Amino acid sequence: MSVPRPIRTAAFYLLVAGIVVESVFPFYYAVTTSFKSGQAIFRVDYWPSSFSLDNYAAVLGAGHFARNILNSLIVAVATVALSLALGVTASFALARIRFRGRRMLLFTILSVSMFPQIAVLAGLFEMVSAFRLYNSLLSLVLSYLIFTLPFTVWVLTAFMRDLPRGIEEAAIMDGASPFVIVTRIFMPMLWPAMVTTGLLAFIAAWNEFLFALTFISTDARRTVPVAIALLSGASSFEVPWGRIMAASVIVTVPLIALVLVFQRRIVTGLTAGGVKG
Amino acid sequence: MADAIAERSALARFVRRRGAAAILFLAPMVIVLAAVAAWPLARTIWFGFTDASLDNLPAAKFVGLRNYFHVLTLESGRHYFSGLLVDPVWWCSVWNTVKFAAISVFFETVFGTIVALVLNAEFPGRGIVRAAVLVPWAVPTIVSAKMWAWMLNDQFGILNDLLMRLGALSHPVAWAASPDTALAAVLIVDIWKSTPFMALLILAGLQMLPADIYEAARVDGVHSVKVFWKITLPLIRPAMLVAVIFRTLDALRVFDLIYVLTPDNAQTQSMSVFARQNLFYFDKFAYGSAASTLLFLVIALVTIGFIRLGHLNAESER
Repeated sequence: MSVPRPIRTAAFYLLVAGIVVESVFPFYYAVTTSFKSGQAIFRVDYWPSSFSLDNYAAVLGAGHFARNILNSLIVAVATVALSLALGVTASFALARIRFRGRRMLLFTILSVSMFPQIAVLAGLFEMVSAFRLYNSLLSLVLSYLIFTLPFTVWVLTAFMRDLPRGIEEAAIMDGASPFVIVTRIFMPMLWPAMVTTGLLAFIAAWNEFLFALTFISTDARRTVPVAIALLSGASSFEVPWGRIMAASVIVTVPLIALVLVFQRRIVTGLTAGGVKG
Repeated sequence: MADAIAERSALARFVRRRGAAAILFLAPMVIVLAAVAAWPLARTIWFGFTDASLDNLPAAKFVGLRNYFHVLTLESGRHYFSGLLVDPVWWCSVWNTVKFAAISVFFETVFGTIVALVLNAEFPGRGIVRAAVLVPWAVPTIVSAKMWAWMLNDQFGILNDLLMRLGALSHPVAWAASPDTALAAVLIVDIWKSTPFMALLILAGLQMLPADIYEAARVDGVHSVKVFWKITLPLIRPAMLVAVIFRTLDALRVFDLIYVLTPDNAQTQSMSVFARQNLFYFDKFAYGSAASTLLFLVIALVTIGFIRLGHLNAESER
């Protein structure tokens, strides 16, 4: 009836190996492809076979890709800064001050994060055109707040609730105003939570596609996801796979590095957003 | 007496000040969300009832339900129906989206549970495995679409090569381009990319389980398969349900992956893709807005349904 222990252990490690290979292989294959040049790319190789930086030189040298990376950085950093600034004060009020309709407000904020982006696309397009923000990075920063801000507020509120009450009470006794309490007392204690939510907001903004595709019309203003999606060869029949893979590796390596370095923080952030709610 | 009054008025002043601070702190966030979410949503819904066109949005006029359903009676007495509710292309994209959501979330839940159980076990090298599992989550969706498009390529793709070497395929398949396999291709990429998220949420649920139950089960000699079905699964169901809700809502609004991996493919076109095509390519801004509104309604209904389900669950457990 019961399976002998060595076989069970072997099966378990086989499963583990399968999971690891399945997770990592596509990216590994993108990396090995990006190092191939010329005709070598059309040969299927399971192991790294060549090391050429031609694709990287081509993707960074010609066109706007370097500029696209800078655009993505500007948009993502600005989005994170804005959502944290708005999120910290709002979540202090939501976590620490009793007022009527607090639960209602929290649920409204949560429901905004469930919005399908397409549902606001038409209205946002009208607004972006009306304010003459079409084809500007600012249109992206503002529209990205739709998904970064609710998430930031939600997670920071969950973290802020768990902070000890005594310190705040002592500060109130000393006559500290709510603004001082937030900036001088809570912010230093909230750093871990802010790093977590900031990272998740950064990743979301860095990866966003629909708004970036819709609100930007010139190559030089595009962010990286759209730039990669639209990367084309000399003719429409020729897909520049080598350059696409090089571009993909360039934009993904920093993300993977961030995720691995901040593994624990990201996992707690994701689960705080999901489970605690 | 006087002290008590002074104290009470000081308290009242404090409460008032806190209240004022709350409003001041919340106002910027509420205003921004109203401007970038509530207002655009209201405008989208409005455009769905108009004849708006992309070049001239301010000239949009109210046309009632025409974008949703309209009957035109010709002089010959024949009826001509139009509108989203009788548009086969729209219903096809609804069906595609529902199929995509159901199948992807199902497999992500199964695989996510397996991965979570593995990560919850103690074994040497667990840290490395957990790091590896996070990789697909860290890869941007567009990049995953392109990476897999290359692997699924009909002529030079590694998947065809592998399957032909193993003898599972006799001739190469154009995974993303052929109508029969396009949805499968999209599903493969989505399941690959989203299983880690599912696994992390389920793992968080697993880690909250009390160890003594398992100790008791081991002492009683309960078979581990039975332990999983009778103890683990019921206990992690709440965490699983949350993960399923998040993934379902995400899957229903899918856009990037389908748009990049299988462009212009009727077999995979999702509701979001349908809406955007109409908004910006076919010059049917109003029609696209109506489709966006319907998608919003669908997601709102599913959300309410899930909340109801959660409430029922919570009550039956009480």
